Amino acid sequence: MNDTDSLLTRYAIRLGDDAMVHGQRLCEWSSNAPTLEEDLALANVALDYLGRARMLYSLAGNLCGQSEDELAFTRDTRAFQNLLILELPRGDFAFTLVRQFLLDEFEHLFFDALTASANEMLAAIAGKTRKEVAYHRRRSQEWLRRFGLGTAESARRAQAALDTLWGYVDEMFAVDDLEATLIAEGIAADRAVLRATWQAAVTHAIEAAALTVPDTTWRIEGGRQGLHTEHLGHLLSEMQFMQRAYPGLSW
Amino acid sequence: MAEASLESPQHRFDNRIEAEEKIEPKDWMPDGYRKNLIRQISQHAHSEVIGMQPEGNWLTRAPTLKRKCILLAKIQDEGGHGLYLYSAAETLGASREELVEALHTGHAKYASIFNYPTLTWADIGAIGWLVDGAAIVNQISLQSTSYGPYARAMVRICKEESFHQRQGYEIMVKLAEGNATQRAMAQDALDRWWWPSLMMFGPHDAESAHSAQSMRWKIKRQSNDDLRQKFVDQTVPQAEAIGLRIPDTKLVWNAARGHYDFGEIDWNEFNRVVSGNGLCNRQRLDHHKQAHEDGEWVRDALRAYAEKQA
Ligand SMILES: [Fe+2]
Ligand SMILES: [Fe+2]
Repeated sequence: MNDTDSLLTRYAIRLGDDAMVHGQRLCEWSSNAPTLEEDLALANVALDYLGRARMLYSLAGNLCGQSEDELAFTRDTRAFQNLLILELPRGDFAFTLVRQFLLDEFEHLFFDALTASANEMLAAIAGKTRKEVAYHRRRSQEWLRRFGLGTAESARRAQAALDTLWGYVDEMFAVDDLEATLIAEGIAADRAVLRATWQAAVTHAIEAAALTVPDTTWRIEGGRQGLHTEHLGHLLSEMQFMQRAYPGLSW
Repeated sequence: MAEASLESPQHRFDNRIEAEEKIEPKDWMPDGYRKNLIRQISQHAHSEVIGMQPEGNWLTRAPTLKRKCILLAKIQDEGGHGLYLYSAAETLGASREELVEALHTGHAKYASIFNYPTLTWADIGAIGWLVDGAAIVNQISLQSTSYGPYARAMVRICKEESFHQRQGYEIMVKLAEGNATQRAMAQDALDRWWWPSLMMFGPHDAESAHSAQSMRWKIKRQSNDDLRQKFVDQTVPQAEAIGLRIPDTKLVWNAARGHYDFGEIDWNEFNRVVSGNGLCNRQRLDHHKQAHEDGEWVRDALRAYAEKQA
């Protein structure tokens, strides 16, 4: 494996971890949603993320000689590289959909940029993902409006979610050495340059929903270095149970 | 024409049932027919929805990513079945709200098999193979039920159920091909789910409260015992093919009948679980109520938003 391959492997794994952890959280909504229709819609979104995790882990796995399942089920907390915002517990329905909204507005820009990747496989995954994100984004924008303009309680819950999540959004735009190198090679998408556009779009949508863009100064980062909240370990112990209890078997 | 106009609606209804014509929502129908259908369709809808819980119990713990995706898609299908069926019940004038209310107050039932717990991954295989397998036998028969919207819902649903059955069986095949621990897990699941699956077809025909009238109305097309026999006949060879043992010492091929003979169901166990003493009865209902309660503010917001947009 040459240097670029090794960097690409790590890049695909972290993007895979984002999709994996978020998909796992969305699975927790099964049979818990406010309507049957919403239960099915959340399952749709979860399936997209799980599918995305599989594609990215397979890309990485082909380079590093591990299977998608080894990558998902046999790495511990410190090896996971997902964004912290994705590992936070699912919270109430407003928390889940507001997080989805912040993420969708980011992914809409990010995967669009990634379709230009010099790596064909990554570009193809980004192309497929971009279409899925367009659907997620229409839905989460609509929910933000419903929360903000629905009842006093829905607005209160959506605002509380925004306030809690806001300290985690900076990490979506942080570029470390790994990504800087891959950006220079035309393989990774530059997330830092997406910040201004994202901020404008999100501000517009939040205000249109009569909610307030949080004015917080706290910010938490660490996922890319494997420095996680305490929630991730529990998510993984549940998700990895079978492969840990019965290692090396085929299912 | 003059003759037809003299016919009572009841007479016309009877003739249509006799002629195997479908009854449609706007057609006149006897009150008992309508009530019987609402009871059966809503019970069916609730079963699809409550059934999401025991399977969802393994969604966050599925052993591979592929299995997780298949399971999630299956659970999503079951929710979709619930939706079609609630819509079919709505054509009879029963709103989803009142049907869910009847579930929560214990006036409506759901398939008692979902009161059993899913304890190991093999239970997910057993449910797909046996529970979906039994559901298909019943639902294929219902494709020719006399009420049009119900019959059409069954046609759509059956296509997906056969996928579920195959996917469940595939989980069992994998376990049976695996090591001793995996084979034991598969056998244990079969041991626990076999009899409850046979119970899914309901009491013997002679003891079935609604059966005779349902058969006359052609809501029900085949008897509980006939359907159960069909399920046994198709499932036993599948178990044998992967070296699993059906937990029934009386099970034997009867060449004269062309069917398997099998042992008597433990009806005390059946009644025990139906009447609330299964491991999960309260859990399933409480879970559904809790999710409904937690979602109330969301549904309120949806309504308020829709009103403001109008
Ligand atoms: Fe179903
Ligand atoms: Fe099914």
